[in-house]
Amino acid sequence: MSGGNIVARLPFPVAARKELGDAQLRANLRNATHTIRDKRLRMVGEVPDWEELRRSGAAIKDDVLSRLPELLTQFEAAATAAGATVHWARDAAEACAVVTALVRDTGTAEVVKVKSMVTQEIGLNDSLEAAGIAAVETDLAELIVQLAGDTPSHILVPAIHYNRSQIRDIFHRNGLSALTDDPPALAEAARRHLRAKFLSARVGISGANFAVAESGTLVVVESEGNGRMCLTLPETLISVVGIEKILPTFRDLEVFLQLLPRSSTGERMNPYTSLWTGVTPGDGPQTVHIVLVDNGRTETLADDVGRQALRCIRCSACLNVCPVYERVGGHAYGSVYPGPIGAILSPQLSGGGANRTLPYASTLCGACYDACPVRINIPEVLVHLRQTGPHPPAERAAMRALSWIMRDRRRYAAALRAARRGAAPIRWATGRRGAVRHLPWPLSKWTSTRDAPLPAKQTFREWWAHERTR
Amino acid sequence: MSARDEVLRRVRTARPSAPVTVPRDYRAVDEGDDLVELLVDRLVDYKATVRRCGPHELAGAIGELLSDASAAVVPPGAPPEWLEAYQGRVLREPLAVADLDAPGVAVLTGCAVAVARTGTLILDAGPDQGRRALTLVPDHHICVVHTGQIVGGVPEALARLADPTRPLTLVSGPSATSDIELNRVEGVHGPRRLDVVVVD
Repeated sequence: MSGGNIVARLPFPVAARKELGDAQLRANLRNATHTIRDKRLRMVGEVPDWEELRRSGAAIKDDVLSRLPELLTQFEAAATAAGATVHWARDAAEACAVVTALVRDTGTAEVVKVKSMVTQEIGLNDSLEAAGIAAVETDLAELIVQLAGDTPSHILVPAIHYNRSQIRDIFHRNGLSALTDDPPALAEAARRHLRAKFLSARVGISGANFAVAESGTLVVVESEGNGRMCLTLPETLISVVGIEKILPTFRDLEVFLQLLPRSSTGERMNPYTSLWTGVTPGDGPQTVHIVLVDNGRTETLADDVGRQALRCIRCSACLNVCPVYERVGGHAYGSVYPGPIGAILSPQLSGGGANRTLPYASTLCGACYDACPVRINIPEVLVHLRQTGPHPPAERAAMRALSWIMRDRRRYAAALRAARRGAAPIRWATGRRGAVRHLPWPLSKWTSTRDAPLPAKQTFREWWAHERTR
Repeated sequence: MSARDEVLRRVRTARPSAPVTVPRDYRAVDEGDDLVELLVDRLVDYKATVRRCGPHELAGAIGELLSDASAAVVPPGAPPEWLEAYQGRVLREPLAVADLDAPGVAVLTGCAVAVARTGTLILDAGPDQGRRALTLVPDHHICVVHTGQIVGGVPEALARLADPTRPLTLVSGPSATSDIELNRVEGVHGPRRLDVVVVD
């Protein structure tokens, strides 16, 4: 079993309806997603071997999934030999307990954190807080979200749903003073607030973008330098790493360090990337812990179609091209993994509950598959999860009846004629729209989130026959 | 069963059985353009400032870049001639973080390799670069790049690194954030000013 913040509290249709009512949110999101996607397209267009890199990236990740037991033990041995201590966690609760105990042992009551999806996934900050330990998020966007008492709404830019004046107000309420709401002034306020924390912190907590099996090396990709601060200045570093983050060799980074920055922020390279292997005397933390986390990854690995979701390198390119994400934002997905990748990752990592509705939070337009740097066929997995997921008895009965009708051409033609005759008065009532907004119960369940199209006035066969005889 | 054994048991049961062949037909060597020009263009695009000079002009160029620095930090193995024209205070290891955090402190380093295509400087804690904190805490970083250290793309750069297990830092422009309405702001936590001197 897995747990943490992957499980939605509300089904997507309920949460999405609420978010759709927020016009400011939609405006902020549209501006942000279109800006990043245009930049990404320009930067990807610069790379003549982009498709080759994508295919290599996908294959390296698939190779890792087929050799995971050997690679994990190889990573553990190399990291241990380099002076790190490796821990394992079956689920979110166990991972939180391991990290909390490690922090407690240092005797400190405050830790600085690098932005990391896996620590959000396992709900680490809440666990630390329950143990009397304050976890300070140091990425600017994560800090904004933390100060607002909110949750992130995007994998890469978690505060994408706020504009500058909203951010200034959040800072102001928390005693961070900025003279104006200009982005440089706001960034400066965050810099002053956090510098004291970096210089005094005794424990840093991070995730990792990649973990190299052959050398035991961990990699963190970032922009602001807050990551470097947390990875370099504290005495103790605790890195929480999902078991799918493994790469076999150092050389494999040559593929992912090309794919990730261009896909995520639309930059040729992100400002800072840090690589460290265990402990280096005189340079950086002298106590290094690595916590390898399963939390539903092995259940996902067992599914032949769905396991490709584990290739994900958390670039968030799929979010920025998704027509559904663009309108409802990240909160509607409930999980820390929103957007198209969240719609396939969250239900697989965590099983049922409200997440069961997520595979339907998509138009199946396929833009996410085109954007994905490791070629995760998200539409394929969405359809697969819809097929394997539970269906209400009424829907099953309706589909069985439809399948019986459509198996025979005469039955099908007769049904169409009947539907057309039945629809004639409604067509007159709906006028030019040609669709019904509200059907009576029980069909109202269908029209609560979509229009019901009316059958065409003429079938293609009828039209063809008519054209031929003219 | 321990968590380690349990996770490994689950992974063994769940993993796919078919072996995977990884294609490597992407570009391994990236030549053709003038790589020095390309590196300069990319660095400037990231809001770093770049100067090009001959070996005998290097000390003068560094002196000018350091003109407003009250103190300059240099790693233990930095060539002494780098600071020949600098009049201010020179700080050498061992240094406390507070020394690095003092106002007006600049740091001067070399690098291990530079990637033209992405505008990236790679530091591997070599003798002329020192430990990671040196290029992190001060607000101003000056990096000396010799043209022989410039390669085209990321694959060549990683292949050149002497030892991947050393602490490595890849720097592409000064610290930056785009978290507020996606406006790029230079300088959040790392050095706000990055000057690169390319020595022909």
